[in-house]
Amino acid sequence: MNVIDTARPPERAASRTATFKPSLLLSEHHHLCPGCGEPVAIRLILEVIQELELTQNNICILGHGCYGSFIMQMDVDSTLCLHGRGPAVATGMKRIRPQTAIWTLQGDGDMTSEGLAEIMHAAARGENVTCFMLNNGVFGDTGGQMTASSVIGQRTKNTLEGRDAAYHGNPIKLAEIVASMDGAAYVARGSVHNAASINATRKLIRKAFQRPMEGQGLALMEILTMCPTGWFVPPGEGAEYMMESLGKVYGLGELKDVAAAASPEDAGV
Amino acid sequence: MSGMRLLDGSEAIVEAAIMAGLRFYAGYPIAPATELLEYMAEKLPSVGGVCVNADTEIEAVNMALGAAQVGARAATGSCGQGLALKQEAIAEAALNETPLVVFNMARNQQDYFQATRGGGWGDYHTVTYAPKDLHEAVELTHVAFHVADKYRVPVIFMGDNLLARTQMGTSLPVPELEKLPAKDWALDGTMGGTGASRWIWTFGGGKANRPGVGPDGYWRQIAEKFQRIARDEMRHEQCFCEDAETVVVAFGSAGKFVEHVVRELRKEGMKIGFFRPITLWPFPADALDAATRDAKNILVFELNAGQMIDDVRLSVEGRRRIAAIGGVSFDDSGLNLGPLLDADIIRERILAQLSGQPLRQLPYTGMGAYL
Amino acid sequence: MSQAAVAMPAAAAAPRRKVTRGTVVIAADRCKGCELCIPACPPGVLSMSKTGNHLGYLYPELAPGCTGCTACQQVCPDFVFEVWRYQEPIVEEDTAP
Repeated sequence: MNVIDTARPPERAASRTATFKPSLLLSEHHHLCPGCGEPVAIRLILEVIQELELTQNNICILGHGCYGSFIMQMDVDSTLCLHGRGPAVATGMKRIRPQTAIWTLQGDGDMTSEGLAEIMHAAARGENVTCFMLNNGVFGDTGGQMTASSVIGQRTKNTLEGRDAAYHGNPIKLAEIVASMDGAAYVARGSVHNAASINATRKLIRKAFQRPMEGQGLALMEILTMCPTGWFVPPGEGAEYMMESLGKVYGLGELKDVAAAASPEDAGV
Repeated sequence: MSGMRLLDGSEAIVEAAIMAGLRFYAGYPIAPATELLEYMAEKLPSVGGVCVNADTEIEAVNMALGAAQVGARAATGSCGQGLALKQEAIAEAALNETPLVVFNMARNQQDYFQATRGGGWGDYHTVTYAPKDLHEAVELTHVAFHVADKYRVPVIFMGDNLLARTQMGTSLPVPELEKLPAKDWALDGTMGGTGASRWIWTFGGGKANRPGVGPDGYWRQIAEKFQRIARDEMRHEQCFCEDAETVVVAFGSAGKFVEHVVRELRKEGMKIGFFRPITLWPFPADALDAATRDAKNILVFELNAGQMIDDVRLSVEGRRRIAAIGGVSFDDSGLNLGPLLDADIIRERILAQLSGQPLRQLPYTGMGAYL
Repeated sequence: MSQAAVAMPAAAAAPRRKVTRGTVVIAADRCKGCELCIPACPPGVLSMSKTGNHLGYLYPELAPGCTGCTACQQVCPDFVFEVWRYQEPIVEEDTAP
């Protein structure tokens, strides 16, 4: 097997089909663990912001989690708010700047555990903001403890024998709940465990930005992301483990799209 | 008198706030801050502002943070119980330099420590203004928004039940305040992809291509800022202290009652003075020390179990001269200043303390309001 | 008469050709060895190195047969891949057994 030199771009005539990173990332460097799904999700979000020409008309509100460090990497006007309070901060911003795309970047711990009231009340009010929940079923930032969306049987640092409903309670399927709320315009769940699902998730993210900008209400975009460190699995096995655990409880696809209901033909974009 | 209007404190504060440029308020009903929310809901939309009925006090203060971070003058409000829920966000505003006015229409004077010591995390202070009546409340509302923007800090406006619900005639005068620079720090979403995108963040970390000073440097800079504020924004009021053998210290509505009694006693030939902190933080320590240097007695009248008295003790040489003549005092609803706030009782207590008599304790007000 | 009986002489069988339509630049120094790109590569031309980068992580190496499809770049959490597609594919004798 001869190994091709991949240290530098080819001399042979070629065109570039993919860059290392989206231009809205200031650098490729970050501290997240090997096999983490969050940088992949964030890359998708930034690419969609560019596609929708929102680059100079968006503000990101980051919650607390591993993704929080991306406040430094993202070349986007951003604030790191209090744990769980993103949707409330977003409300204040959007009410003052209705023309600007306001989006929160949160984890399952940030949104479903700490900030459950915030996301649900913002949804009920139909705030025209986009809320992302990167769901890996653990508090990754602190080393992988149980969250409100850890699934039954999932081993975490404080459920070493696996989450047990009788003792640790049951996971909260937040997307399903928010989808049932008037005021929620778009609710979908994607994942980044392989190239196919990454491309499918990109399309969902596009609508998650569009619906609020069309003034139709809140969009909740949940993205399942791998956390091999927090799951006690080798990085290479994170994708498969995810679909065997979280993937069994959190179904992928669109849970709600008011625009689809309103005008079916543009829903197929 | 042109433009005189009979308004209660809550409405006067809302009118003044809107004149000061307030465009976002989020609140949650709680006596006696409910009227503030109702007036905001009624008046803000007509000036293109926003009033959100938040579903929790924590949501409300974080909404106000968001509105402030995109450059609007924003506020939230409650009473002491609600401000207890907002402490984390108030500390956050101090430590990520978000200007924010927080109205505490307090039920009493028992929130002095909460306002001046703060219940959040980290090294921070909250500039706190305590008006003695509606007229000063109107002025201090303008000052609160001004100081919040000037230094990018949270500011607490310490009102109370009496102020909230007492009507006075006012022409809503606007105080002279220096012009402030534009808010180029505010997020507006337009700097994406330019390499100069903005950030607001308690860690002062900045961006990969323009790193901030980092938490150590940022929190030291913020501590230095609070020292500047303490030096430049201290406010107090005093009278008859030059030759006073006794100086009575009081703040807020209680300050107005005590001032009345001191003037009365002064007319009767007593060498007595009056000192009223207007900023509870920064506490006017040097001014108090100077005003009481020759006084034999320093009496502190506040409607709580003794909180401001700590700051008085910290401010003056010789603590033995200091005595508390106030006390816990609620009406029978537990939502309002109690019967101790009475000129005759204040007079009686001053004279009793100076003549070595014990202070007469009032009977408990009981549960009258609820039976 | 069954068709199979007609045997083609082995030597005349068309030689197996290896087509390489593109290539990637791999920032091996940034790789954290998670291996997510290995199974993601449709033609399976990525495999982990035998020696580690300066952090000690093994990193992906490229063999002929890349199609420039960008799957590796899509799944990579550390932004290690830049993908190129040749205007004219490289066609080689496939000497591999």
